Amino acid sequence: MLTLTCPYCGVTVEETELYPGGEAHLKRFGPGSTDAEFESYMFARKNPKGVHFERWRHAYGCGKWFLAARDTVTWEVFGTYSAQTPEPPAALVATIKQKRPGWEGWK
Amino acid sequence: MSQRLAKGGRLIDRTKPLTFTFNSTRYTGFAGDTLASALLGTGKSLLGRSFKYHRPRGLVASGVEEPNVLVNLGEGDRLEPDQRATTTELFDGAVAASQNHWPSLAFDVGAINDYAYRMFPAGFYYKTFMVSTWAWHKIFEPIVRQAAGLGAAPRRADPDRYEQAYAYCDVLVAGGGVAGLMAALKAAKEGKRVILAEQTAHWGGRAPVDGGEIEGMAPEAWVKKTLEVLGAMDNVRLMTRTMVAGVHDHGYVIVYERVADHTPGDDRPRHRLWRVRAGVTKVATGAIERPLAFAGNDIPGVMLASAVRDYIVNWAVSPGEEIIVVTNNDDAYRTALAALKAGLKVIAVLDARPTANGPLAEAVKAKGVRVMPGHAVSKVRGKSKVVAVEICKQESAGEVVEVLGCDVVAMSGGWSPVVHLYSHAGGKVLWDEAAAMFRPDPARPPTGDKAQPIAEVVGAANGALTLTALCAEAGLAGGAEAEAPLAPVWVMPAKAKDKLKFKAFLDFQNDVKVSDVQLAAREGYASVEHTKRYTTLGMATDQGKLSNINGLAVLSEALGQPIPQTGTTTFRPPYTPISFGAITGEARGEIFQPLRKTPMHGWHETHGVHWEPVGLWRRPYTYPRAGEGHRDSVNREIVNTRTNVGLLDASTLGKIVVNGPDAGKFLDMMYTNMMSTLPVGKCRYGLMCSDNGFLIDDGVVVRLSEDTWLCHTTSGGADHIHAHMEDWLQCEWWDWKVYTANLTEEYAQIAVVGPKARMLLEKLGGMDVSKEALPFMTFKEGELGGFPVRIYRISFSGELSYEIAVPANMGLALWEKLNEAGAAFSAMPYGTEALHVMRAEKGFIMIGDETDGTVIPQDLGLGWAISKKKEDYLGKRAQARVHMTDPDRWTLVGLETLDGSVLPDGVYAVDEGVNENNQRKVQGRVTSTYYSPVLNKGIAMGLVKHGPSRMGEVLDFPADNGVVIKARICDPVFYDKAGEKADV
Amino acid sequence: MSEMMTGAVSPLNGKTIATGFATVAEVGLKGMVSLRADLGSKALAKALKALGLKTPAPREIVTEGGRSVAWMSPDELLVLCGYAEAAGVATDLEKALAKEHALVANVSDARAMFTVAGARADEVLMKLCPVDFAALKPGEMRRTRSAQVAAALWRSGPEELSLICFRSVAGYVMGLLEVSSRKGGEIS
Ligand SMILES: [Zn+2]
Repeated sequence: MLTLTCPYCGVTVEETELYPGGEAHLKRFGPGSTDAEFESYMFARKNPKGVHFERWRHAYGCGKWFLAARDTVTWEVFGTYSAQTPEPPAALVATIKQKRPGWEGWK
Repeated sequence: MSQRLAKGGRLIDRTKPLTFTFNSTRYTGFAGDTLASALLGTGKSLLGRSFKYHRPRGLVASGVEEPNVLVNLGEGDRLEPDQRATTTELFDGAVAASQNHWPSLAFDVGAINDYAYRMFPAGFYYKTFMVSTWAWHKIFEPIVRQAAGLGAAPRRADPDRYEQAYAYCDVLVAGGGVAGLMAALKAAKEGKRVILAEQTAHWGGRAPVDGGEIEGMAPEAWVKKTLEVLGAMDNVRLMTRTMVAGVHDHGYVIVYERVADHTPGDDRPRHRLWRVRAGVTKVATGAIERPLAFAGNDIPGVMLASAVRDYIVNWAVSPGEEIIVVTNNDDAYRTALAALKAGLKVIAVLDARPTANGPLAEAVKAKGVRVMPGHAVSKVRGKSKVVAVEICKQESAGEVVEVLGCDVVAMSGGWSPVVHLYSHAGGKVLWDEAAAMFRPDPARPPTGDKAQPIAEVVGAANGALTLTALCAEAGLAGGAEAEAPLAPVWVMPAKAKDKLKFKAFLDFQNDVKVSDVQLAAREGYASVEHTKRYTTLGMATDQGKLSNINGLAVLSEALGQPIPQTGTTTFRPPYTPISFGAITGEARGEIFQPLRKTPMHGWHETHGVHWEPVGLWRRPYTYPRAGEGHRDSVNREIVNTRTNVGLLDASTLGKIVVNGPDAGKFLDMMYTNMMSTLPVGKCRYGLMCSDNGFLIDDGVVVRLSEDTWLCHTTSGGADHIHAHMEDWLQCEWWDWKVYTANLTEEYAQIAVVGPKARMLLEKLGGMDVSKEALPFMTFKEGELGGFPVRIYRISFSGELSYEIAVPANMGLALWEKLNEAGAAFSAMPYGTEALHVMRAEKGFIMIGDETDGTVIPQDLGLGWAISKKKEDYLGKRAQARVHMTDPDRWTLVGLETLDGSVLPDGVYAVDEGVNENNQRKVQGRVTSTYYSPVLNKGIAMGLVKHGPSRMGEVLDFPADNGVVIKARICDPVFYDKAGEKADV
Repeated sequence: MSEMMTGAVSPLNGKTIATGFATVAEVGLKGMVSLRADLGSKALAKALKALGLKTPAPREIVTEGGRSVAWMSPDELLVLCGYAEAAGVATDLEKALAKEHALVANVSDARAMFTVAGARADEVLMKLCPVDFAALKPGEMRRTRSAQVAAALWRSGPEELSLICFRSVAGYVMGLLEVSSRKGGEIS
């Protein structure tokens, strides 16, 4: 059972206090988008063996959504950050690249 | 003949005799005994029967690895099956019974299986399944079911109490032997928060039995001194009877404390499951001795060498008087020495190695014991008790060279480090060829959130099998006699013929023999994981603690490849079984799960309510009176509401406040309707969809002020709709100025419904509730009968209706007042079933009935509630997809049976022909169906292909018993089509 | 005001259980006002000052003169006060923040509040909440889970913890506290 640090509360909490929200940094496609765009937004999800960016909600705490970068195999957590972040912070990306030289990047 | 020795027994207190019964006979043991040592002390050796062949079985081990002696413990509601005698502490009045035999332990009908072993080879179950399903169901299954099963399941509720607790530490030490104590002391002195858990009731592990010296002291004295130091430190928690069950990701460790197993009925929780978050777990779980595979190694009296000396030294019991030791290593000689010291006879030591002249072997020889290097057991003689050993050369097929009488065979195949906890969360092990064991690979530990190791291994678990090695590892002075290397012998003799291998057991509990594993290899099983499942090796309740490595070695030999290439087995938590009670913890009875109560809950209870669970809420389904069935009372409540006035506890309705300069814009995205244009003071019914287009919730939205809206949600929907709103606000439109608050529980809500509703409210007084002052679909705040209220003129029944919100703490008082004042108008409370029928009579949809996660508002004829003007709302893009706009989608209609009967719920309307799977085609289904007491007939709603354009058409609905019910498509509004009753 | 409070009863009407190794009690009617706003706002600081309080730091609960204010999230505070004064406090806060984007709600009736008192109070909650109580300092508000429901808890006295949960599950939480504080269940 994993633990994550809520970037708002600064407290490290266990999975039972959190609610998972799937892949982070999705771009919403609404009316006017093509079928392919909408499909990619609504249905296509990454399922990487390795570095993954995820949405988590501190459901039993402050109630805020935050984002986490972690390794789906080793469970290493590279960092957590605010949900109001369109793409992973550069410093975090650099850290991950250093730790996982073979990583293809977040996009 | 086993017996209690006259002297010794470091763990027993001879001044405290305890009485217990086994198979209905009373016996006596001592405080400090385990059930196993007490049984041995009574002279018993036949203590159980095996699972498959029902062979006589006795004790093999002295600890958690014991595969044979599982008992039914306790009686009546405290009966518990499959309890290990070796880990059950004796207490006064303990009641135990052996398992797996019928009609009695001494005479067991199932033992016939033993003579039919050729009929039950490896893969018996698989092969039987393959014969034919008919044979399985009619012949094999009934027989197997009769014979199988270990203990008896208790039939009554468990009277004991269980709990869980959370703990946090820097270092959790698993195992209170010498290595664990050393690790705990080191961490504690560094100022770390330490938890030290020992699964037995005693500290020190094997060292006090095996001897040696630590820091100039005998192990026992060193343990005592170390415990005193640790006990005085605030940063250390010492826990006995506490087993570390599993190490999980991010250092989450499950720890099982048997608080009061040994003191039943003393008002303490029986077990406590600790959920520990540990910085690092120091695995000091020791090692387990391996049996040797030779013919007759399962006959009672054949035991692990270490267990024989444990029983002698710890509990002063001997499993017999004349002992033969058989070994591939030096450690087993300690058993010979311990037996001699206790005055027992050691007939011989059979050592599979060509030479035996280490210090321990020499010490045994010096006492006049015959040591036979290069020799092995060909076969043990005896049925329910060892009587002799047929001896052969190890390098032979089993030709007998000599027969020696004895009543105990003490065997040792070497030791396996207990690496379970290291492996649970992904730590890897490597094969140590020289020591013939798997040991933890320190380079590949399980890792945590910062990639740090979350488990480290010390002592015997780390392969430091001797006290000398263990002290060296910890940097302390100390050690014991030097030991010569072992020989990796798994099967005796080396070229044993088939006849011997048929009786050489690997897994005692599941009756898996050397011949079974070899057969599996011949049949093509090359993976150890597949072989395990095929032969059931290691799959019994002991999870192969004695059998896994031996089975793996035999498989490797059969496949002609080294052990590491054959693989290792996966270790899964828990290390030893834990009780369901501990897993359940406090969650049973009244607090099994949260039961949500409205402020009027108690009133409903005292007024004969029949409850309906709605999510975690309980809502009144109906209030039956004396002599009424539920259907009668529901009908009465409906008729009364439509005729006079009814009262509904609507407190569970979700109430979410949305506020801010961008609140209107936000709600326009949340709802399919336009909410930003709703005038202040007005109410509007709204629909909410997921961005995938499907309808997820509905309810009335109220504009409280210029920048504040109140959104009512369904009863089950409040929390997830609030979360849904926050998700979009926080993660998509975070620059919009909107706040939400879930105020569902702040208000009790009461619906006053029916033609006399206004009269009732007027009687309470305080507010003008006339049509002019409070028109339909508006709201008003004020004081009603002395209560601060907000009243909404909304209706879910089609009647004149007021929904009154009052602060929850006053909900009961207002409810009582309405009931009291309502007596004059024949007011009655009504429940959710009456609510459902009345809304169906009006053709109103219900989330969860008309919707199932695949329905869009357009399917339900709710196009009027979808704004055409808005550029966007959640679900709009999805609703434009091809499948969503398909004219063939099933659409909402009313359904009325030709004979007035009630359609069964969920039935399908059939169509002509069959589909590609040769199933009858369908063209619609019933979503809601009720008896309407007002119309005196069945009414229903359903989704039907091209439904609205087929008014009057009759459809066939096949019901359960071959009956086909005919129903006509009609308008879903059955009652007050003109809508004149609500807006009055 | 008193007339308007006709028949107000807290969820468990002040039920107390003193037979266990710690005393658990529902505290009865309690005023609570939820406030969502920019926590850095000067108007907010001023409004809290008028109540004798100050803006709490993240995860802090400030108590002064019988009132408290707790940090609940980066944009949410909870003011604890007398039940009878809660409506007035809410109105004052609303007025003080009228010119800002803020949401004030009286939530006194939506919650239940409990105290767990005694030298072993921590042991009761250790059984229910995934919280390291040794690290929970006075003045810290911890929002967490108590068995299967949401809870907010803090040290409200030298040997006392207070806990807030939703009203509808007050009976469930009392059941949890009762069974967890039963004699014989002391964690030695
Ligand atoms: Zn948080």
